[in-house]
Amino acid sequence: MFYRESGQFSTSYRSDYRIFRLYQERWMFLLGLMFAFLVVPFIGNDYWFSAILIPYLVLSLAGLGLNLLTGYAGQLSLGSAAFMAIGAFATYNFHLRIEGLPFLFCFLLGGFTAALVGVFFGLPSLRIKGFYLLVSTLAAQFFVQWVLTNFSWFSNNNSSGVISAPPLLVFGYDFSSPAGRYLLTLTTVVVFAYLSKCVVRSELGRNWMAVRDMDTAAAVIGIPIAKTKLLAFACSSFILGIAGSLWAFTYLGTVEPHGFDLTRSFQILFIIIIGGMGSILGNFLGAAFIVLLPALLSNISASLLAGSIDTGQLENVQKIIFGSLIIFFLIKEPDGLAKIWQTFKQRARVWPLRF
Amino acid sequence: MNFFFEVLLGGLLAGLMYSLVAIGFVLIYKASGVFNFAQGSMVLFSALTFVSLLERGIAFWFAFGITLLIMLLLAWVIERFVLRKLVNRPPITLFMATLGLSYIIEGLAQLFWGAQVHGLELGINDEPFEFLGILLSQFDLFAAAVAGTLVLLLSLLFDKTRTGIALRAVADDQLAALAVGIKLQKLWFIVWAVAGFVGLVAGLLWGARLGVQFSLSLIVLKALPVLIIGGFTSVGGAIAGGLIIGASEKLAEVFIGPYIGGGIENWFPYALAMLFLLVRPAGIFGERAIERV
Amino acid sequence: MTGRNFLLNLEHISLSFKGVKAVTDISFGVRESEICALIGPNGAGKSSLLNIINGVYQPDKGSITFDGKTRQAMKPHHAAEQGIARTFQNIALFKGMSVLDNVLTGRNLKVKSNWIEQLFNLGRAPGDAVFQRKKAEEIIEFLSIQAWRNSIVGNLPYGLQKRVELARALAAEPTLLLLDEPMAGMNNDEKYEMSRFILDTQREFGTTIVLIEHDISVVMSLAQHVVVLDYGKKNRRRHTR
Repeated sequence: MFYRESGQFSTSYRSDYRIFRLYQERWMFLLGLMFAFLVVPFIGNDYWFSAILIPYLVLSLAGLGLNLLTGYAGQLSLGSAAFMAIGAFATYNFHLRIEGLPFLFCFLLGGFTAALVGVFFGLPSLRIKGFYLLVSTLAAQFFVQWVLTNFSWFSNNNSSGVISAPPLLVFGYDFSSPAGRYLLTLTTVVVFAYLSKCVVRSELGRNWMAVRDMDTAAAVIGIPIAKTKLLAFACSSFILGIAGSLWAFTYLGTVEPHGFDLTRSFQILFIIIIGGMGSILGNFLGAAFIVLLPALLSNISASLLAGSIDTGQLENVQKIIFGSLIIFFLIKEPDGLAKIWQTFKQRARVWPLRF
Repeated sequence: MNFFFEVLLGGLLAGLMYSLVAIGFVLIYKASGVFNFAQGSMVLFSALTFVSLLERGIAFWFAFGITLLIMLLLAWVIERFVLRKLVNRPPITLFMATLGLSYIIEGLAQLFWGAQVHGLELGINDEPFEFLGILLSQFDLFAAAVAGTLVLLLSLLFDKTRTGIALRAVADDQLAALAVGIKLQKLWFIVWAVAGFVGLVAGLLWGARLGVQFSLSLIVLKALPVLIIGGFTSVGGAIAGGLIIGASEKLAEVFIGPYIGGGIENWFPYALAMLFLLVRPAGIFGERAIERV
Repeated sequence: MTGRNFLLNLEHISLSFKGVKAVTDISFGVRESEICALIGPNGAGKSSLLNIINGVYQPDKGSITFDGKTRQAMKPHHAAEQGIARTFQNIALFKGMSVLDNVLTGRNLKVKSNWIEQLFNLGRAPGDAVFQRKKAEEIIEFLSIQAWRNSIVGNLPYGLQKRVELARALAAEPTLLLLDEPMAGMNNDEKYEMSRFILDTQREFGTTIVLIEHDISVVMSLAQHVVVLDYGKKNRRRHTR
C-alpha cells in the first residue's frame, strides 16, 4: 500500500528480465546510487570514509565473490582471504615491476592472477564433493599465506614485509584522498555487483545453482560440470582478488599477508551466512552487520556501561554474539537477511492486509 | 639414521596427540553426520576450565570431575538449544552451526577465564627415555598409552553396547532411527558428552605440552587432514591418520623444510590430505557414500 | 503413427553389481515415435536398464544402437547431447530454483551464446535469452504449469514436481524420452492427466518414449510395445496395436 503497483505488467520477455520490475523500485535505487555518488563524497568526513564506508564496501564485494562460489555454485570455501591476498600482492607487483602500467590495468591483472590460482585450487572440486572441499580451500589459505610470507620477492624484499601502496592514479585523476578512495571503491563495487547480477541470472548462474542442488542430475541433462565448477572458482577468485586489492590500496594503504588470514576467511563466510547465500543483496546486508556490530558494541559499552568492559573482553562478547547470531539465522532464517528483507517487502506491498 | 628414527618416532607420537582430537570429531560424525567444528574450542574450554580450577586451589581429580560435569552441561545445552532445532537439515547447515558454536565457546572460555597462557602440570616426568639408542619423550609415550586406552574403550562402546548400535543407526538415517523408537535427543546428548570427555583428555595432554592457550582451538585445523586420511567414521582411522600426519609433518619439516624456507607444517598436512582425497575420497577406513539417482 | 525404423536397439545387454546380476542378456528395439513400456516386479532391473540407455551405468556386455550409432558405453553428458532426456524415480529437480529456471536448465544444450556474452549482455546474449525463455514458456504452457513458473520447486506438491521434471526433460527437445515411474505416488486423476501429457508429447513432438510403469491399466492405454522384465531377464515382449 506504500505505492501503487497496478498496471505495471511486463509485456515482453525482455522487460520481464529487468532487475527491478516496479518503476518505483527503479527510481529509489537510482536515487540511492546518485546519493552515494554525488552527495556522500561532499558530506562525509574522513573517519566515515576510511573506517566505515570503505571497509564496508570492500567486505561486501568480498562476500559477493564468496557467494558466487559457495552460495550459488555450492562449493564450500574457507580460502577466500588467500585469494584476496593474491589479488593485492599481484596488483602491487604488476605496478612495481612493469613500468608505466596504468593502475587500473594492474588492478584487473591482479584479479586475473587470483582467478588463475583459484582455478588451480578448484581442480580438486572435480573429484571431491561438498564438505571435503573445505580441505582444498584451507590448503589454499595456508599455502598462499606461507608463500607470501616466506618469499620476500613478493613484498619487494622489504625488510619489514609490509609495503606501502602506490598512488591511485586513474585516468589522470588522483584518488588518494578519503573521498577519492571512497569513490573508486564505490564504482568498482557497483560495477562488479551489476556484472554479478547479470551472471547469476544467465545460463552460467543457472548451471551453478543446478550443480549446487544436484550435480548428478545436472550432468545427466548435459550441463558441463567441470567447466561450470572451474568457472565458479575463477569468477569468485577474480572478484575476491579485486576486493583484496581494494582492501590493501584503498582501505589499509599497505599490503601485508597478515590481514588475509583464516580469521578473514571466516569473516567473509559469516557475511554470506548472515546476509544470505545465493543472493547479491545479501552480501551488502551481511557486511553491514559485520562492520557495524563491533562499532555498535563499543559505542554501547562506552556510553551505557561507562566503558567498564575492556576491549579484550569486548572482543569475546562480540565473538559470542556473532556465534549466536549465526546459529540464530541458521535456525530461523537460513536464507539470511536477504530473505528477511524480501519477506518484509512482500508484506509491505499488501499492508495492512496480510496476503 | 638414528636421527631419522628419532624424528619419525617423535612425529608418530605427536601424531597420536592429533588422533586424540580427531577421535572427538569421529564420535560426533559417526553418530549424527555432523562435522563438529566446535571440537577445538571444546578442547580449549575444558582445558581452560580445568587449569583455572587448579589454580584456584582445587585438587586435581576434583577439578577433573567438575570440568567433566561442566562439559556434560555444555553438551546438554548444545543438544537442547541448537541440535534439536536443526534436525533434518543438510549437513552444511549443521557444520556452519558448529562454526557458530565454536565462536561462542571460545568467547565464553576467554570471557570467564581470561586470555593468558596457563601452564599445566600433569605430574609426568618429561625426561627423555632411551630405547634402542633412540631418545623418546616419556610424555609422548604416556599420551600414546592414553590414546590407546581411549580407542579401546570407544570401540567397545560402539560395537558392543546397545547405545553404540543406536548411535550408528542415527548416523545412518535419523528419521528411520526415530521411527524405530530411538531417542535422538538422549543419544545426541550422550555423544556430545563423550566427545566433551575426549576433548577434555585431549585438552589436558595438549595443554601440558603447549600450555593452555587460545591456539589450542586451532588444533581442529590439524585434525581435518587426519580425518580426511583416516576417514570420518572410524576411530581406528583417526589413529592411523594421526600417525601418518604426525610422522610426515615432522619428517617434512626437518628434512624438506630447510630447502624451501621452513614453516611448512601449516600447509603440508593439507597438501598430503588433498593427495589422499584425490586417490581415495573416503579415506583409508572411511565408508564410500553411495549415490543413487 | 509409429515409424518403421528402430530409433533404439539394445543387443544382449548385461550388467551386474558386485555379483548381483541387475540385467542379463536383454535385447529389444524401440521404433521411432513409439511408446514402449518396461514392466516387471521391483528389482527386475528396469531402472538399471534406463540408466544404461542414458549412460549413467555402463553395461558389462552388449551394445546399444541409438539413432544409427552403435556404442557400448556413453557418458550421460553425451547421451543428453544426442537427444536423450529422462526423468527420475525420486525426482531429481533443482529444489532451490524456480520452475522457470528448472525448465531453462533443460535448454542448456540449446543455448547459443557463451558465458562472456551473457556476462556483459552483449552480442547474441539478449536475443538468445528471449528465445530460450520463449521456448521454455511453450513447454510450460504445454504442461499447464504457468501459474507456478516463479515458485521455488522445493515448495511445490509432489505431483506438480513430477510435471516440472517432465517439462525440464521436454525443454531439451529430445528424440528419446526416458520416464522412470512418472505416475508413482499419484491418484487416478493425476495419472489421467500425466497420461494425457505423455500421449500429447508423442503426438505433437513425435518423441519416442520408454517408460517404466507399475500400473497395468496405464501401460495398456499408453504403450504400443511392452517389455516384461523379471530378475533382469526379459520375460516377454508384446506389441499391442
